[in-house]
Amino acid sequence: MVIGVIVMLECIPRKAIDHTVGKINPAKTCQPLGAMYAALGINRCLPHSHGSQGCCAYHRMALTRHFREQVLASSSSFTEGASVFGGAANLKTSIKNIFEIYNPDIIAVHTTCLSETIGDDLSTIIKQSEVPEGKVVIHANTPSYQGSHITGFSNMCRGIVSYLAESDGTQKKNRVNIIPGFVNPGDVREIRRIVEEMGVESVIFPDTSGVLDAPLTSRYEQYPDGGSRVEDIRDSGNSKLTLSLGSFASDAAASLLQEKCGVPGIPLKLPIGLKATDALIMALKEAFGVAVPRSLEIERGQVIDTLIDTHHHYQGRTVAVFGDPDTVIALTEFLLTMGMVPKYIITGTPGSLFEKQIWEMLAEVGLTDCRVKADADLLDLQLWIRESPVDLLIGTTHGKYIARAEDIPLVRVGFPIFDRAVHPLMPIVGYRGCLRLIEQISNTLLERRDRDSTDEDFELVL
Amino acid sequence: MTVTEVHIDEMMTPYPDKVRKNRKKHIIIKSAESAACPQIEANTRTIPGIISQRGCAYAGCKGVVIGPIKDMVTITHGPIGCGYYSWGTRRNKARSDDRTPPEKIYTNLCVSTDMQESDIVFGGEKKLAKMIDEVVAIFSPRGINICATCPIGLIGDDMGAVAKEAEERHGIPVIAYNCEGYKGVSQSAGHHIANNNLMERIIGSGTDPRTEEFVIYLLGEYNIGGDGWEIERMLTDIGYTVNCILTGDSSYEEIKDLHFADLNLVQCHRSINYIAEMMKTKYGTPWLKVNFIGVNATIQTLRDMATCFNNPELTRMTEVVIERELARITPALEKFRKICNGKTAFAYVGGSRSHHYQYLLRDLGMEVIVAGYEFAHRDDYEGRDVIPTIKTDADSKNIPELHLTPDEALYQEAHLHLGLSKEQYDTIAAQVPLGDYEGMYPIMRVGRIMVDDVNHYEAEEMIRQLKPDLVFSGVRDKYISHKMGVPSKQLHSYDYSGPYAGFNGAVIFARDVADALVTPAWKLITPPWEEKNGNRSDSDA
Repeated sequence: MVIGVIVMLECIPRKAIDHTVGKINPAKTCQPLGAMYAALGINRCLPHSHGSQGCCAYHRMALTRHFREQVLASSSSFTEGASVFGGAANLKTSIKNIFEIYNPDIIAVHTTCLSETIGDDLSTIIKQSEVPEGKVVIHANTPSYQGSHITGFSNMCRGIVSYLAESDGTQKKNRVNIIPGFVNPGDVREIRRIVEEMGVESVIFPDTSGVLDAPLTSRYEQYPDGGSRVEDIRDSGNSKLTLSLGSFASDAAASLLQEKCGVPGIPLKLPIGLKATDALIMALKEAFGVAVPRSLEIERGQVIDTLIDTHHHYQGRTVAVFGDPDTVIALTEFLLTMGMVPKYIITGTPGSLFEKQIWEMLAEVGLTDCRVKADADLLDLQLWIRESPVDLLIGTTHGKYIARAEDIPLVRVGFPIFDRAVHPLMPIVGYRGCLRLIEQISNTLLERRDRDSTDEDFELVL
Repeated sequence: MTVTEVHIDEMMTPYPDKVRKNRKKHIIIKSAESAACPQIEANTRTIPGIISQRGCAYAGCKGVVIGPIKDMVTITHGPIGCGYYSWGTRRNKARSDDRTPPEKIYTNLCVSTDMQESDIVFGGEKKLAKMIDEVVAIFSPRGINICATCPIGLIGDDMGAVAKEAEERHGIPVIAYNCEGYKGVSQSAGHHIANNNLMERIIGSGTDPRTEEFVIYLLGEYNIGGDGWEIERMLTDIGYTVNCILTGDSSYEEIKDLHFADLNLVQCHRSINYIAEMMKTKYGTPWLKVNFIGVNATIQTLRDMATCFNNPELTRMTEVVIERELARITPALEKFRKICNGKTAFAYVGGSRSHHYQYLLRDLGMEVIVAGYEFAHRDDYEGRDVIPTIKTDADSKNIPELHLTPDEALYQEAHLHLGLSKEQYDTIAAQVPLGDYEGMYPIMRVGRIMVDDVNHYEAEEMIRQLKPDLVFSGVRDKYISHKMGVPSKQLHSYDYSGPYAGFNGAVIFARDVADALVTPAWKLITPPWEEKNGNRSDSDA
C-alpha cells in the first residue's frame, strides 16, 4: 500500500444500497440559518438566535463563508439550566444587553430546535421584555426539525410581515412589494434595477444588498448602509401589489400581507432564466400599466442572440441540478430554454410542490427519462450518477466531492458556495443573469472539451 | 501604546453594570515581568445577548475531537443543521496508509439522522438504530460514533442503549457521545466528553504491543492544513515512531494502541489534556507539553523530546535535523521577516493557538499585544499549578469526571516508559515540561493584555484603540477586521493554506502573513477624488 493515496468518496460502494433513513451528504440545512439571513436583510437589524450559542456560531460561520462579509448576530447562550427551566430569562437579558451594547433599531429573534423542544413562548417573553422607545423586537418560530433553511427564511419573512406591515386603510399606493427570496445581494440589486427600469416604485424585503456585499471604505459601520428600512416594511401594507419570487421562500409572507393588509399577491418564480424574467416584467407591466423600456428589450435580445449563437456548446447535454427548491425550479426552466437535458433534479428541502412543478416543465418538452426528488440528499444523486452519468453538475460547493469522485465538471450556483469568491455580487437573475449562466455553463463544458481532447482534436476556435 | 486599567474601564463604559462587573474579571493586563499571573475568570457562562466567538459542546466533541477519526462513521443524531455545519469545515486532512485503505475513510461524509418533528415527539431511538444498520450495510466501518445534539437530552433518547444493542447486532464498537450543545459553557465541555469516551471505549483495547523504538503519540493535533504530517516528517527523520496523531488523520486502529506509547506529546492542551492525564493515571504514560508552532519553539520542543529519552543517537539526530532544516528555511524566512518585523498583532483563537503562535510571530519580529482564548480554562492562561484551586461550578459539574485507577497489568512508572531510572527521570522532569503546562501568561510582555471569551464589542474597541497591524482570529471576525482596515488571517482554518507547523510551516505562515500585510489594495482604499489625510476615520465613527 502506498501511503497517501486519496480516493475521493471511495467509501461509497459500487453495489445496491438501501438508504431510507436520515441524510448522508445533505442538500439542505436547518431553519435558523435562513431566518438569520432574512433578518440581515433589514436595515440596522441584529438577528438573535434563541438557543445554545453553538447554533449562532455555526450560522454566522456558514453565512460568513458564503458571503465573505461580517455577519453579526447574538445568542441567548442557553446552559443546561435554561434548557430545563426555559429560556425566558436568557432572552430578556439578551434583549436588554443587545440594545445597550449594540444599539440596533430592531432585533429579529428566531428559535432553534432547543428552544422549540422546550416550548418557549416567544410572543409572551418579548411582550414582557424591556424594549427601548422607538426600537422593535420581532420573532419567528424556526424549529430545525421541520423543513430546511428555506423554510426558516420563509418563516422569518412571514414574521417580518406579521410584526411590521400595517395598512392605514386608505387607498393603496401605486407601488409594488417584492419579496425576493433566498438569493444573493447581487441578485437583489439586479431585481431592483429591473423594477426601476420599468419605472415602478417598490419596497423590497428582505434586502440583503448593502449588508452582505458592503464596500470597504475608510469607515467601519457595524450596521452597513443597506437592508430594508423598518418604516418601508411597515408601509408595505399600503402597497398595491406584492410579487413573491419563489414559492418556497416568499409565498407565506405574501399571503399574510394579503390577509393582514389586503395587498393582493402574485406568486412568481425566482427570475432566473429568460421565461421567469419575462414573467416578472409582464407582471409589472400589467399591474402598473407601464411600458417595457428599450433598455430591457435590448438586454432580452442579447440573451436570445447568445442562446442561438452558442447553443452547440450545450444543447442536448445532460445535467444534474441540486440546491434550494426555488432556485432549482427556475434554473431547470432555463436549462430547458437552453435545450439542455436536466436528467437529475433534486432539492434537500421537503415539499411535493417541487416535484410537481419540475415534472410539469419536463412534460412540456416531452422529457420522461429524468429523476426528480425533494427531501433528497447528495448520496441519492451520486448513486443515480453512478448508474448513468451526466455531462454536467450544477449546484453548491458540497457537490465538489461528487464532481471529483465521478469526474464531472461542476458549475457553482446557489447557497452555499464556500470555495469560490465574488459570486454573491454577480447576479444570476434577470437577463444579465441569463448571460452569466450561459457563460459559466458554456465555458465549463468547453474547458472540459479542451482538457479531454487529443492533440489532433485540440482546436483554437470553438 | 501601553494599556492601563483606565483604558479598560473606559472601554467598558457602555456596558450594563452586571456585564461590566462580569467582563472585567476576564481581562488581565500584565503589570510587571516578574509578577505572578493574577486570577483570570475563564470557562464561565457567556453573557446572553453578547456576540461571543464561542460554539457549543457538540462542536467541541464532534467538530474538534471525534470528527477527524477517519475510519469511523460519525452519525450526528439530531436535526440536520449540526451535522451540516461540521461537514468538512475544520480542514482535518486524512489519507490512506498501511492500516487504513481508501475505502475505509469516511471524513468527507456528513451523516445525520435528520430528525423530524415526529421524532422529537415520539423519540428518535428507532430512527437512530435503523440508520446505524444502514450505515453498517453501506460502509462496513470499523466503528461508529454517535454525537448528540441539543434536543436529544431533552426528549430523553437513550443513545447509550441504542449503541449497545447495535454493537451486539453488528460486532463493531458503536460509541455514544452525550455532547448536547447546551452542556458546559463552550466547546470545552465537548472536548472533555470526547476524551472520556475515547479513554473508556477505545484506548487500551489494542492487544499487540508496539515493538518499535521511541514510540510516541501526538495528542491534540488535528492535522489542519496538514500540520500533523509536517510534524510527523520531522519526527520520523529524527528516529521516532509516530504511531498516531490524535485525532488528525487518526484511525480507530491506531487509537486502540495508544496505551503502548513510550511518551505522549500534548500540542493542544485544552482539548486533550484529559486523555494525557488519564493515561498517566491508568498506564503511567508520561506526557510532554510541546509546541510545534514557530521555528524556535519547534527546536525547543525537539530538544525537550530528546532530553526525555536521553538517548545519544536520538540527541545527535535531533541536532542533525534541526541544522538541516534551518539551513533550508532561513533564507526564505528572512525575506518575509523583513516585511513582518516590528508589526503588532491580536490573537483571538480557541484554546491553545493564541499562545503557540506568539512564538512563531516572534520569530518574524512581530508582537502580540492582545491575546485571548475562546474556550480556555484558567490553567491555559495561568498554568496547571492553579488547577487544584479552580472551583467547580454548576456548569462544569454536568461533565462527568472519570475516576481511573492504575491498570493492574499495564501500569508502569513513568520513568520505565522512557527507559530511565527514577533519578534520571526526576532530573529531566525538572528541565522540561513533563506533565506540566505553564499557560500563556509568561510569554506576554508587560502592558500587554489577555482577554478571555472576547466579544465583538471589545474586539472592535481594542482594534480602534490599539490599531494592530494584523488580527489573527476566526472567519466570523475576519471580515469585520477587514472593514476596519486591518488585515486579518484565520488561525482556525489558516485561510485554507498550511501547514503552519514545524519548519516548512513557518515559511508558509510567514509568506501568508506578509502577503496579507502588503497586498496592494490596502493602499487604494481612499479614492483619488477624496482628500487624503493619511488616516482612517474609524476613531470618530
